[in-house]
Amino acid sequence: MRYVDEFRNSTLAQNIAEHIKAVATQPLKLMEVCGTHTMAIAKYGIKNLLPANIKLISGPGCPVCVTPQALIDSFIQLGRLPNVTLATFGDMMKVPGSRTTLEAERARGADIRVVYSPLDAVKLAQENHNKQVIFFGIGFETTAPAIALTIKEAMDLGLSNFYVLPANKLIPPAMMALAGDSEIGINGFICPGHVSTIIGSAAYESIAHGCGIPCVISGFEPLDILQSILMLVMQITEGRSNVEIQYSRAVNKEGNREAMECVNEVFEPCDAEWRGLGMLPNSGLRLRPQYARFDAAQLLGDCMQKPLDNGVCECGLILKGLKAPLECRAFGRECTPEHPLGPCMVSTEGACSAEYRYTVR
Amino acid sequence: MCLAVPMKVIEINGNTAQVEQHGVSRKVRIDFIPNVQVGDYVLIHAGIAIERLKSEEAEETLKIIKALTE
Repeated sequence: MRYVDEFRNSTLAQNIAEHIKAVATQPLKLMEVCGTHTMAIAKYGIKNLLPANIKLISGPGCPVCVTPQALIDSFIQLGRLPNVTLATFGDMMKVPGSRTTLEAERARGADIRVVYSPLDAVKLAQENHNKQVIFFGIGFETTAPAIALTIKEAMDLGLSNFYVLPANKLIPPAMMALAGDSEIGINGFICPGHVSTIIGSAAYESIAHGCGIPCVISGFEPLDILQSILMLVMQITEGRSNVEIQYSRAVNKEGNREAMECVNEVFEPCDAEWRGLGMLPNSGLRLRPQYARFDAAQLLGDCMQKPLDNGVCECGLILKGLKAPLECRAFGRECTPEHPLGPCMVSTEGACSAEYRYTVR
Repeated sequence: MCLAVPMKVIEINGNTAQVEQHGVSRKVRIDFIPNVQVGDYVLIHAGIAIERLKSEEAEETLKIIKALTE
């Protein structure tokens, strides 16, 4: 068992698709809220296997895409302070702030490093005492434990030159906000596999039972996604709205207790702004008082720039699943991967990026 | 961003492990996987192991999928 190839068998994929066709007799809207699912669905052509009455829509599952422009501007501004080294995940480098990108800033001489792990940023701080190293804390619940562990590491090492700009967000509050929106009209959620590894399936109970929308936690291989869609269709047909785990090899009801304890020690929930969704209560993470010295926001003080509205960009509607990438006027014209207007095209997991890369033209 | 990759544990040293898959080898933190063993497959995300993969569950999932052909 190697956990990957076995779940890519195309004959089995076709077979699941046949079953979906047989069971799904009415129009259905199923939403995924995970950038990696967005990419996998596009890459494996999942939509081509489904009957026309099933619409797969992409929600705000890309943490890069839902980061408010003002926060990106703040991080860029931090990079302009003296003796600062910025550290970030690679997918933030090309995201447009109001005026510029991290990549453009680096070209102008700012010290910006792409890291694979937040722990690499702590190492940078250890090896460069004369620099203030600031890590951009982007991600959902999958990444929060790694960032929390990193901050604890910085605390244990007694570092005074390491900071995090907190930008973590929580998925269930966003799902709850979308579930209640009748304009979108979601019939079922394909839940994120690795977020669920951390938070457990119990986290979605209030959405399934409270909103009457079935939730299936899905893995990322084609067979996983197709089986999850079949499970959702079965629930809807049978009038059930439960939380089910398709990705049972990695997800259980309670989640990863050690990871959650680490997050809860360092962070606490706070209200957070989501690009496209606005302010959602208790949907973000902020540092607890005992870790507040690591918060990069204190370095900015009052010199915050106001974000500029770009006008043409329709990422807000795309993130809510109200518009598909192809329905955006700028898609493929003013907005391409080489010249992105908004985060949905820039991020490797954005809906527009996935559409552009994998659609046959 | 949610990308986590299954990798096999080759060696364990305190709170780190050496993991491998498809010729890639990397050192990761295993603080969140108590009782991890050499030979286990774990999901790696941003340099941290976030869960141990359960082979019995993987087999069971494939069994259910294959049963759809009958």
